[in-house]
This record gives sequence, structure tokens and C-alpha cells, in this order.
Amino acid sequence: MEFLVSGPTGKGTTNIPRSRWLLVHAAAVFAFLYLPIAVLILYSFNGQGVGGFPPHHLTLNWYRILFADGPIWDSVLNSLQVAFAAMAIALTFGIPAALALDRAQFPGKALFRRLVLLPLILPGIITGLSLLMLFNVMGAKLSLMTIIIGHGTALISVATTEVFAGLQKLDRAQEEASLDLGANYWQTFWRVTVPNLKLPIIGAALLIFTLSMDEIAVSFFLIGRDNTLPLEIWGRLRRGITPEINAVSTIIFVFSLVTIVVWYRLRVKAEGSAEVGTELIETTTSGSIVG
Amino acid sequence: MFSRAYKTVVTVPPLLWVTVFLLVPYLLMFCYSFWSVSPSQVIVHSWNFDNYKELLQKPTYWQTLLRSMWIAARVTVFSLLLGYPLAYFLSFYAGKRKDLLYQLVIIPLWVSYLVRAYAWKTILGSDGVLNTLLQYVHLTKHPLDFLLYSPFAVVLTLTHIYTPFTILPIYAALEHIPRNLVEASNDLGATPAQTFWKVIFPLSIPGVVAGATFAFVLSLGDFLAPLLLGGPSGIMISNIVVSLFGAAYDWPLGAAISLGMLLIVVSLLFLSERLEKKWSFS
Amino acid sequence: MASPITPDIAPTASTQSPTKPTLLSIRNVAKTFGRNAVLRNVSLEIAEGEFLTILGESGSGKTTLLRIVAGFESATSGELWMENERLDHQPPYRRRVNTVFQSYALFPHLTVEENVGYGLRVAKRPAAEIAQRVGEALDKVKMTAHAKSKPSKISGGQQQRVALARALVNRPRLLLLDEPLSALDANLRRQMQVELKSLQREVGIAFVFVTHDQEEAMVMSDRIALLRSGELEQVATPREIYSRPATAYVAQFIGHTNLLKGDARSGAVNCGSLTWSASIPNGPVLFSLRPEHVRLAGVGISCDAVVRIRGHVMHQAFHGATELLRVECAGGLVLVLRTATGAVPHNDVEIEFSPADAVLVRESPERN
Repeated sequence: MEFLVSGPTGKGTTNIPRSRWLLVHAAAVFAFLYLPIAVLILYSFNGQGVGGFPPHHLTLNWYRILFADGPIWDSVLNSLQVAFAAMAIALTFGIPAALALDRAQFPGKALFRRLVLLPLILPGIITGLSLLMLFNVMGAKLSLMTIIIGHGTALISVATTEVFAGLQKLDRAQEEASLDLGANYWQTFWRVTVPNLKLPIIGAALLIFTLSMDEIAVSFFLIGRDNTLPLEIWGRLRRGITPEINAVSTIIFVFSLVTIVVWYRLRVKAEGSAEVGTELIETTTSGSIVG
Repeated sequence: MFSRAYKTVVTVPPLLWVTVFLLVPYLLMFCYSFWSVSPSQVIVHSWNFDNYKELLQKPTYWQTLLRSMWIAARVTVFSLLLGYPLAYFLSFYAGKRKDLLYQLVIIPLWVSYLVRAYAWKTILGSDGVLNTLLQYVHLTKHPLDFLLYSPFAVVLTLTHIYTPFTILPIYAALEHIPRNLVEASNDLGATPAQTFWKVIFPLSIPGVVAGATFAFVLSLGDFLAPLLLGGPSGIMISNIVVSLFGAAYDWPLGAAISLGMLLIVVSLLFLSERLEKKWSFS
Repeated sequence: MASPITPDIAPTASTQSPTKPTLLSIRNVAKTFGRNAVLRNVSLEIAEGEFLTILGESGSGKTTLLRIVAGFESATSGELWMENERLDHQPPYRRRVNTVFQSYALFPHLTVEENVGYGLRVAKRPAAEIAQRVGEALDKVKMTAHAKSKPSKISGGQQQRVALARALVNRPRLLLLDEPLSALDANLRRQMQVELKSLQREVGIAFVFVTHDQEEAMVMSDRIALLRSGELEQVATPREIYSRPATAYVAQFIGHTNLLKGDARSGAVNCGSLTWSASIPNGPVLFSLRPEHVRLAGVGISCDAVVRIRGHVMHQAFHGATELLRVECAGGLVLVLRTATGAVPHNDVEIEFSPADAVLVRESPERN
């Protein structure tokens, strides 16, 4: 396979054998990452069920069953409601949080920053249980609302990180120029700050939406009577697995794929760099917001 | 440059929300851990250390915690071993395909956890794809038991899930290494291997720490993979907590364990921060 | 025998008042960031329609002063008055002051046209008026052809003109320019210096121009305010500041000079091996002597009062039409002189200057 060696040029030509091993390793890891999903998709068409090899009797039956499955679609609807509402909450509080962290000094700022970013790395069980205890003490009944609050709160971290990264790239002088030209703070925010943050905000929204649709750990503890899609699937898994679950998983995979590629394109367009997404991981572990 | 009003409007709402829905719940968890549950399944607000005594004295909890840490450690190590060379390949050898390959890395990252865990469940079962394949090609006669409902399955699945999470920060760190450092090293007579260990690897350590912390902490607190694939021998500490909030109904004890986990996570984050700072040279 | 010359004491800072009415009055402005005193007690009057340059090294506080006038920083103490009103009590968007930023700060999501019309749109002027004024402004900076382009598609020099148009279209009373030419290459820079100066003459608005480049300041300004470590060293016209620098710092910052240190006693000055008579009070003295006032002996008309000294040429720097010679004289004194190219035949020379050309300057106080 021909590829450009963009790395160490060295004095000898001992690079080639090394890169062959690297190539093999890379291919193997990609296979490891994708084969299970490929198998899952393949078996969604398998008439005989989820296991067995080789698959024969390929059919669209499971998809037909899936489309007729009422509770699944109810849960999809619930998930969509939750995702949009969570998106609203996360952006409504996450964008000001990013602005506050970028521009304001106040007592407890360091604690605030850590609290906001914590849910990104905290195992979902802790986020979910702590909120459960809050709702318990408040006497609130568990429902879609509690899930919305859970997702929204946890995903503020995503909104804040992405918008903060966008703010770092915003030339402060532009806002000063706007004030200089006669616009007040409110006008400057809408005419200059927000348009410059358009791409990070859209990117964050996409990410939040996807993460909320797939979220299961936090939702596990905050669920009331109405299931979200992942929890509906989870419930079925406890009862027994059928290729119908493969079918719905395949559809989820396709949607996630499209969303992520769109998100990636947007971010690259905004920043021109190919390291999008790493800031979320680096931010959580380094204690400061990494752009 | 920004007026007081602006700064207030921007700071107060998120501060309030975060206090109510993040800070207060943790404080509540703290309080719950000092309460107890009465025989009639009512949570009693009497303050005591009973839960902590129980955690320290009963071996089950310690053993499970250690097993969980061992699982998390293996997941971390395997994820790094799989992820680092791929990140290196992507950064130094991918050339024109870099963009496409990077997307191939981040796609599995955001695809549903559940979908991926479920995929492994169907593959590893005794009637699953792997076993029947092995039998089909006559490599084995009987299904391999250990594949599913074992710590092995949990480690395998979590490694699958967290490898992309280690690739990303390592890749970013490698990308930030100026290529002329590598050229300088070669110019001064170092072989590619020496250049890697003396120049490239040290400069990539913050990325390694970031990825490792992420993988370890999230694996440690995972309860879904054990439930799906772990079986009785694959129970992790979070599963105990789940049952304490479910059938075993002892919220205060569960809160105590959760608080312990929270403290472990925060300490690990603190440690990772220090390490990253120590190893960052920019 | 040299007859006594009485050199004038150079004028102190801020004694040059503008001849036109005052537009902006900066009174005792000081600014501290934490423990860092960036500006200390700066007072300056800016006249209507004048081109004033605030000149200084980096860290001198010149940009901070500009930002205080614009309204992006507030002074720790002191007052700003414009047209009988306290300027420093107003937020930036209410001041009749506009800024051209060093990085231009054009809005990337708006076209050139939309950028220029921004201030007018915010002020809710009628569309027809906006179109007309924007057209005029673009025409003045010769950017009409690029009206519909986005900032990312035009060059640095073009962005700079758009930034200028965007500020001027609002007809401010005062235009602030924060090192607007520093990002341009040398030739473009010289061209823009000329254009800016003529633009300023044309619109008749007071320009306050900040730069670290002393040549630029000399070329463009009606007056120069030299700032050092947060205080004004001297405020004067370019000619004045060049020929009668107030302090050693000014003399060295602007152009080349020789600094002669010495003592005055009973009507005579001693600077190392140089002596001449002058009626100044006894005590330590410091003179600034420009290289163009140091000549090769015998060149030009020799008048009575001339100080002569022998020396040995250490270094010759070719500057096109002239040369700068470093001559080491007796007692370790090094003098720099400017001659026409090709005038020096040997290494050993005799050089001379008139004591009248030696300007008495103050030592600048230490500031940290």
C-alpha cells in the first residue's frame, strides 16, 4: 500500500520495515473496532437469529418486525423529547458558563469550573445516583423530566468545553471594535460574539443530541414509567436477545455515523485542524479547559 | 472591558444551576452515607459511621473494589497498547489519508455504548458468532465458556469501547510535536528507535496520561458491561451499588460506596493533572 | 580663543501647547495593573484636527493610554475631558471616539461593506444614508471594488484600509490608531504613512497614532508625545524634539546622537578631553550632539568657536548618501559623525564641532 511517510526521515532507510508492522497493527486495531459492529449489522439480516455461523437465510424480516414494534417507537419519541430538551438546557447554561469562565472573575470560580467539567469523566452511576438522591429529598417523582434534568446537567460540560474553545479563537478585539463603533454589550453579543460562535455551538448541539440519545448510565437511575430508547433495548436484553435488537442497533449506528461525520466536518471547517474531539478528553483530565 | 452587569448575567444562571444540580447532589450523597436504613425499608436520618465500618470490615467490598481496579487496569493497559501505535501511525505515517482515518477513529467513539456491548454479547456467547465460527472451521470442538460471562468478556468489551478514547489525546500530543525535532534528532545521529524513545515518546506522555485516566476511571465505574457480559465472576463495584439502590435497598450504604468512588476518581484526576503538568514542556 | 556661548536649556516636557482649540484633555491619568504601574501621572492636551503620535518602546504604556481613551480600560486615577464633558465616565459605545485596531478586528462573518456600515446600522441610520456614507468611505480608502468581499479574501494592507473606513465613516471627533502599520512590509508601510497623513488632512479629524517606530512618528506627526515607562518624556513637534531633546533618553530614542558627559565649572565645560566655555551653573552636565553636527576638520567654514579633537576611525557604516563614522579619540571618547560618502581618505582624522550645536539635556530619572 502506497502512503506518504510524513514522519522521521532518518539517515538510513530502516523506516520501511517498521512502518509495515505499524500498518499491520493499525489495520488490526481498526478491524477490532469495526468487526463487532459489522457482525451485528450482518446478523440483523440473519433469519436464524443472533448467533450461529455462517449466517444464512438473509431476510428483512427483523426490520419489518422492528417497524411494527410500538413500544420501541414510543421510546424513540421519548428519547427525542429528552434529547431536544437536554440540548436546550445544556446550551442555555453551558454557553454563559463558557463566557463566565472566559471573562469573569468571581469567588469559587475554580470549583465551578471543576464541577461543570466533572460529569464528562465521572462514571454515569455517580452522576445518576447523586441526582436520584436529590429528587428523593425533593419528593419529585421520576419521569422523563428527571432524565431531562440529568442529561442536561451532565451535558453542560460538553457545551461549555466546545464554546470555550471557540471563545479562545475569537479575537477579543472584535468585540472591542463593536463597542467602539457604538454597539452596547447586548448588541455586541448578538451581532459579533454569537455569529463567531455559530460553528462551535452547532457542533456542541449535535454532540449533545447524540450523547443524549445514546445515554444509558445516568438514565438508568432516573427513569420513571417512560423508557428512552437505550433503556427499552436494555429491558429487552434482560428478557432475551433477538435480531430485532440487531436491527434497531444497526439503525442507531447509521444515525450516529452520519451525525458524527457532519459534526466532524463542521468542526474542521471552523478550526481547520483535525484534532477535533480531543479537547473533551484532555479537558476532563487536565483540570483546565483545553481548546 | 465587560461591564459588571454583563459578567453577572453570564455567571449567575449557570452558577445557580450547577449548584443545585451538581453540588447539592454530591453533598446529599455525603449526608446519605452517614444515615442508615431501618428494617422496614425506611431511610433513617440518624448520623453514624456504620456504613463506613461495614465497608472497611466486610471483605466483599474490598475484594470487589480490587477486582474492579484490576479489570480497569487491564482495560487501560490494553487500550494503550492498541491505541498508541495506531495514534503514532496516524500522526506520522498516514499522509493524505489522515483525515479519513481520523474520522474512522472517532466514529466508534460516539456510537452507542449499548450497541457495542450488545455486539460483543452476541459474538462471545456459546451459541455466538465466535464459537460457532471456531467450530465451523474445526478449531474447537466445544464452545469456549470463558468467552462470555467472565471478567475476560468485560475486559474485552471495555477495551473495545475505550481504545478510541486513548487514541485521541495521544494523537493530539503527537501532532503537536514539531517535526523538526525529529529531524534534529536524526541529524544528531539517533536511529529511529532512539528518536522515538528519547524524543517522541516523552513529549507524548501528557496524551498518554489523559487517555489512561479516562479509560481507567470510566472502566472502574462501569456497571453495564458486567451486567451484560460479566456473569457472577465479573461483578464490579458499581454493580454492588446498583443492587443497593435496587433490590438490596440500602441507599445509605450505596451512597457511602459511591462517595468512596467519587473520592477515588477525584484523586486520580488530581494525580493525572500533576503528571500532565510535569510532562508537558510547552 | 572661543567666545563664551550660552546654550539654551532645552524645554521641559509638555510646555508645547497646541495652537488650535483643545479637543481632548488627559489630566493626571495613572493606571496600575496589580502591582504594575503602567501609566503614572500622564497629562496631555490634544488639539482639534492635529496628528499627534504617542511614541514609545513596548512596555511604555502607550497602548494602555490609547485603550483608556477608547474606553476599554478605566484609569486608576485621573480624568479625561472632551468637549466639556467627562469622557471617562462614558462606556466605549457612547464616546465620539473610534479606534483602528492593530489586528484590524474586522468582522469575518460580514462583508467589507457590512463591516464599514456596522456603526451606522447600530445607530439605526436610514438605509439610504448608510449606503451613501459607506460608499463615500470606501471610495476615500480606495476599496470600492472590494465592497462585497469577505475580510479573509483581501490582503493585510486592504484590511487595514477597511478598518480605517469603518472607523471614519462614523465621523468621530477623535480617531485612535493602535500601531496600524506594524503588520505591513516596509514599502507598503511607507506608502500608507503618506496616505494616512493626507487622509487626515482631508477629513480634518484629530488622529492619535501609537507607534514604536520613531521614523514613522517623525514623518507623520504634527506633534510627538514620547512616553517612557508610563510617563511623558517630551511633547513637541518633530523638529523641536529632534533639535532640542529634553532628556538623554529623547536624544537617543530619536535619531542618532553623541552623549557627552562632563562638568561645568566657572564658565567652562569639561567633557573628558573636550573643553569649551559656556555660562551655565556649576555641576554635572550632559550634552546631546547630533552626528551631522560633527565634521571633519577643515571641511566647511571654520568659525571661531570650534572644538577640535584628533581620533582614529574604528568603523564606517554606509548609509547610501552619507556615512556614519565611529571615531575613537583621546581618553577613550567615541564620537559618531555623519559625512558625505567617500569623504574619508585616512584612518586618522581630526574632527570638530561648534559648541552651539551641543544641546544641554537632562538625565532621565530611573523608573521601574
